[in-house]
This record gives sequence, C-alpha cells and structure tokens, in this order.
Amino acid sequence: MIEEKDRTLKEKSLEKAPTGINGLDDITYGGLPKGRTTLVYGSAGSGKTLMAMEFLVKGAQKYGEPGVFMAFEETAEDLAENFASLGFDLDGMESRDRLLVDHVHIDKSEIEETGEYDLEGLFIRLGLAIDSIGAKRVALDTLEVLFSGFQNEAILRSELRRLFRWLKDRGVTAIVTGERGEASLTRYGLEEYVADCVILLDNRMEEQISTRRLRIIKYRGSKHGTNEYPFLIEEDGISVLPITSLSLEHEVSTERISTGISRLDTMLGGQGYYRGTTVLVSGTAGTGKTSFAAQFCKAACERGERCLYFAFEESPDQITRNMKSIGIKLQPYLDSGLMQIHASRPMAYGLEMHLMGMRKILDTFNPDVIVIDPITNLISAGTEIDVKLMLTRLIDYLKLKNITAICTSLVQRESTEGINAQEISSLMDTWINLRFFESNNERNRGISVVKARGMAHSNQIREYMLTNHGIEIRDVYLGPSGGLLMGSSRDIQEAKETAEIAAQSKNAARRKRELESKLKSLDAQITALNSEFEVQKEELDKLSSEEALRSNALAKDRSEMARIRRADLH
Amino acid sequence: MSKNEETEKSDVKDSTAAFEEALAKTKDKKYVLHLYVAGMGPKSIQAIDNIKRIFDEYLPGKYQLEVIDIYQNPVFAREGQIVAAPTLIKELPPPLRKLIGSMSDTERVLLGMDLISKPNENDEKQQE
Repeated sequence: MIEEKDRTLKEKSLEKAPTGINGLDDITYGGLPKGRTTLVYGSAGSGKTLMAMEFLVKGAQKYGEPGVFMAFEETAEDLAENFASLGFDLDGMESRDRLLVDHVHIDKSEIEETGEYDLEGLFIRLGLAIDSIGAKRVALDTLEVLFSGFQNEAILRSELRRLFRWLKDRGVTAIVTGERGEASLTRYGLEEYVADCVILLDNRMEEQISTRRLRIIKYRGSKHGTNEYPFLIEEDGISVLPITSLSLEHEVSTERISTGISRLDTMLGGQGYYRGTTVLVSGTAGTGKTSFAAQFCKAACERGERCLYFAFEESPDQITRNMKSIGIKLQPYLDSGLMQIHASRPMAYGLEMHLMGMRKILDTFNPDVIVIDPITNLISAGTEIDVKLMLTRLIDYLKLKNITAICTSLVQRESTEGINAQEISSLMDTWINLRFFESNNERNRGISVVKARGMAHSNQIREYMLTNHGIEIRDVYLGPSGGLLMGSSRDIQEAKETAEIAAQSKNAARRKRELESKLKSLDAQITALNSEFEVQKEELDKLSSEEALRSNALAKDRSEMARIRRADLH
Repeated sequence: MSKNEETEKSDVKDSTAAFEEALAKTKDKKYVLHLYVAGMGPKSIQAIDNIKRIFDEYLPGKYQLEVIDIYQNPVFAREGQIVAAPTLIKELPPPLRKLIGSMSDTERVLLGMDLISKPNENDEKQQE
C-alpha cells in the first residue's frame, strides 16, 4: 500500500521540460513545468521573444519536442530574419515540421466590436497548429498585442483565464510573454496568478551600463533560485549566469608550478603557485604587474603549457614589445600558438559581455594558465556588486577547469590596506603585493606575499628590479635601524659591507704578522736564555769538580800527614 | 460673359449627378459577406440572425452571406486571420471590413459595413 502511494506521489511530482537555455535549467532545477504555462514578462527589449523562441528551437533541436510559435507582433518572415543572426534556422525547421510560426495579424483599426464574442478563433488556430506538427511546446508572443486589438476588458480577462486553462488541458509546455504593467507586475494583474511559473526579465541601466537580469517570481510545485540572475544575449542565444549553480566542490590540485621567478618561488614555500589557483598581483601604477604576469606566461610556455592573456589596457603588440625590453620574449610563443593575447577595451561592452566572451575563448583555446590584466578594469564595466558576482562566477569556472589565473589589480594607494579591490581579494588564493618605497629621493620596488593559501610563505618584503633579463628579486639588506634597504642605499650598504670585509681581512693579516714577529723575538730570547743557562751550568759543574779535587787533595794531605806522624790510620 | 457662367454652373451640376449615379451603382453592387463562427452556439446563431435582419432591411437581396464554421474547417481560421468568433468579414465591395461579436449593436454593424456614415461630431456636441 505504502509503496503504491509513494509511487503515485512520485508520478504526481512535477515533471520539467528543459529549456536548453544556458544556465536557466540550473536555476529552475531542470526547466519549466512540463505541460503547463510559464509567463515571461518584462519591458520592451528585455528579451522575451528571444527566450520564447529559444525555448522552442532548443526544444526541437535537443529534446525532440516540436513547437508552435504564435506571433502577434512580428510576421514569420521578420522572425526568421531576426533569428537567423543567432543561428536559428526557422525556415529550415519549419520545413522539417519541427517548428511552426503562425503570425496572427491584429489591427485594432480594422476591428469593429458589435456585441458578445470570444477568442475561439485563436484557440482553433492554435489547436490546428499544435495538431499539424504534434507540438509539445507553444509560445505566444505577446499577450498585450493580442489584447490591444480588443476593447472589452471583461471578455479579455475571461478569455485570458480560459487560454491558460486551455493550454494546460492540451498538455503543452507553453511560454506566454507579456509586457510589464505600470502598477501591477502585469498589465491585467491576473496573468501572474494564472500561470504556474512566472519569470521576470529586466533590462536596467545603472551608471550608464545596462545589465539584463532575470528573476523567477514564482514556480508552483518546485524549488527555484530566488536571486536576480544577470543574463546575456549572445551570438547563440540567452545565457543566464547562475551565481550559485557552481558549488565549491571542485577538485583541487597539489601540483605546484613555478612563478617564473625562482626567488619568488622560494618566497612561496619554495615551489611557486598551486595549479588551479587564482593569484592576485596588486600594485600601484608602474610597479610591474604586467611584467610579473608576463614572466609567469613565459615560464608556463617554457613548460609547454597553453597560456591565454586577456589585456584590457594594452594592445598585444605593445605588450610583446614592452616585455621584450625586459628580456621576456613572448613573440615565439605567440607564433607557435602556445600563447594568445586578447585585447579589448573594458568600456567597449558591459561586464557580462566581457565575461561571456572570455568564457567562450577559454572554452575554445583551453588554456592551462590565464592572465587577466588588469582585473580592476573590468570593474569599470559594471557596478560593484555585479563585478563581484561575475568574478566569483568566472573564478569558480577557472577552478573547475583547473586553470591557474594571474589577475593584476591596479590600486591607488601605496599600502596593503587599501588594496581590497572590490573585495575580490577574498576570492584569491594567493596575493602578491607590489609597491613603491620612497626614500632618499628614490622610488624602489618592493614585493611581499600578503597571503598564500596552503603554503608556508615568506613574510619578508623583498626588493625586486626589472632588469633586461626579467624580474630579479634582490638580496635582503637591512639598515642599522632594521629597515629594508633599497636602491642606492642598498648599493651603499652592499659596498660598505664589502669594504668592511676587506678591511677586516687586512687587519687580521697585520695582526698575524705582529704575532709572528713577537713569537720570533720570543724564540730569540729563549735561545739567549738557553745559552746563558749553559754558561751558568758549566760554571756550576766547574765549581763542583774543583771542590771535589780540593777535598780529595785535602784527604790525601791528611793521610800523608798521618803517615808522617805515624799515627793510626784511623 | 453671362453665357460662360451658365455653362460652368451646368458643368458642376453634371459632375454632382455623375457622383450620385456612381454612388447608386456602388449600392447596387452585391455585398459578399463571410461569417466565421465557432460552432452553432447561441452567439453564432445570434450573429447570423442579426446579420440577416440588418441586411434584409438595408440591402434586401443585394447581399450574399456565407457562414463558415471554423470548428469544421480550422484551416479557414488561419487563412482568414480569425482570432475572435463570431467574425464578419466584408469581402466585397472594397474596402475589406472586419466585425466581431454577435452583431447585436445594429448601428455599429451599419457603420462597419459603410451603410451609414459616421454621425456628425458637431451635431452631437450641439445636442449635449
């Protein structure tokens, strides 16, 4: 019993018709409610017709569901022409019975109302169209045009209700487009209640930058993303950017790759960046951010990896020329196709267009490493919140693809606090800060690692120089007060230290000589003393032998006396 | 001089007469009417009845009415660009006219079929 109940529940749960529109299926968790009606409304030019048409075209192409497009605004010819630019071959699809476009001509001036009527003609035509190609999907574009032809609002309201019910009875998945009303969401204020799913499209201008946004107002019987999602109209249709649809579950790599500067590798725990991480190189103007990025590119290309460079400030030629001047030759890699530079002005199009374009290039070029130089320039192409969302999305995408990215960031102030470029630093795994240090009428460049997730990085500020063979990080010289010495003061200190060492060695030699001579003199003294000693000893020996002789003689004398005196011998 | 004036006057009279004659001819022309209905519901029957009543009164014997049931022939709905039902289309004489509804508003039907001209707006204002 229970099993049976579960099964029927499952069968009852909402089936969905995938739209095939990039990203929309993510935020609707599978598509639009199958066999029901979705209302897509928005102001003029917000992309309603496109969404409706793409739903049908993708349905026919990808999911084998033919569709009927009832156009109240444009004729079939106009539509075919307009959508040809998006690569939708409407005529071809019509000839294969995958699509049917029925233009319903409505002109208020031609119609005289003379009493009670209904819109049965529309229903019949729709029914005929659906039956003729076995359509599973229907789009009506737009309600307002249809209803503008009629005056009797009471009839229109009841017919609108009937239309939604009728579509549901027919079991077709439908998109009905509508204009946004002045006071209520929709013009008649009832469509949104009758429809099972309501999607609002919006095209807003903020700071002279237009952003298209999409929001799902309601979705009966299904969960759905509730945010406003930016979307784009691209060469191949709509692309919704579902910020949350990418999770943080991507696999991470433990592989390390060189930064191209061996001493910087040492600063980053000895091995450089992790593959697939995002690196922020921040600094004020002229600190050499581009050089750092280029050095990394060169190292990547030397390893045989594919490298993609997005330039928002300089042209490709300018970059190669400038980098050549510091000994980073990129031209061979550009020629061999291992590296590509894409340059565009950030203000040329909106932020989403940039990111979309970037994603497209990413997908076609398939790089191992990319450079975004500078990422801060993208910020001028959108509002702050958008930028963060978009960048999050881009970075997630890069991580998913295990692409290592170097993003340069131009900052205004010479300190690390100010550098939180639109709070993007929190998205970055490694953050290298470049800055000028001013002292002794000099501006010298210093590099430090602000953060490096997952590695024991150096805490030292190092001086680096742009030499004619790339970036060089110098030895550390500390001044008397413990501060880092840079530029000429470092040179002075360097010279001083060499001089000191020389002086010290000289000194030591002198002392050695002194000691040696002292030793020599001591030696001489020892010899002299020794000879004196010999003399004294001789004297002493002589003395003692004389004494012995004397006493011997004395004894001889005594015995001689006794013999003479005839005394006892004792 | 006076002779010339007279001839001019007669010319004017002639052109007016010609115009009236032409107008009479138009009225003589047969009206070809197509009425699209969705089934034979009360609205459809009402519309048919009303058309017959009005045309029998204003153009007796000078009209030809064809009733098309779009339930039976849905293709006609597409070809005739029909949205509402009932829809009455005046195919002939030109210009083509489209009326929707049950045709119960006789004055609007007559207006729509060019059988009467629009009431003078100035007159209405004077009445107000």
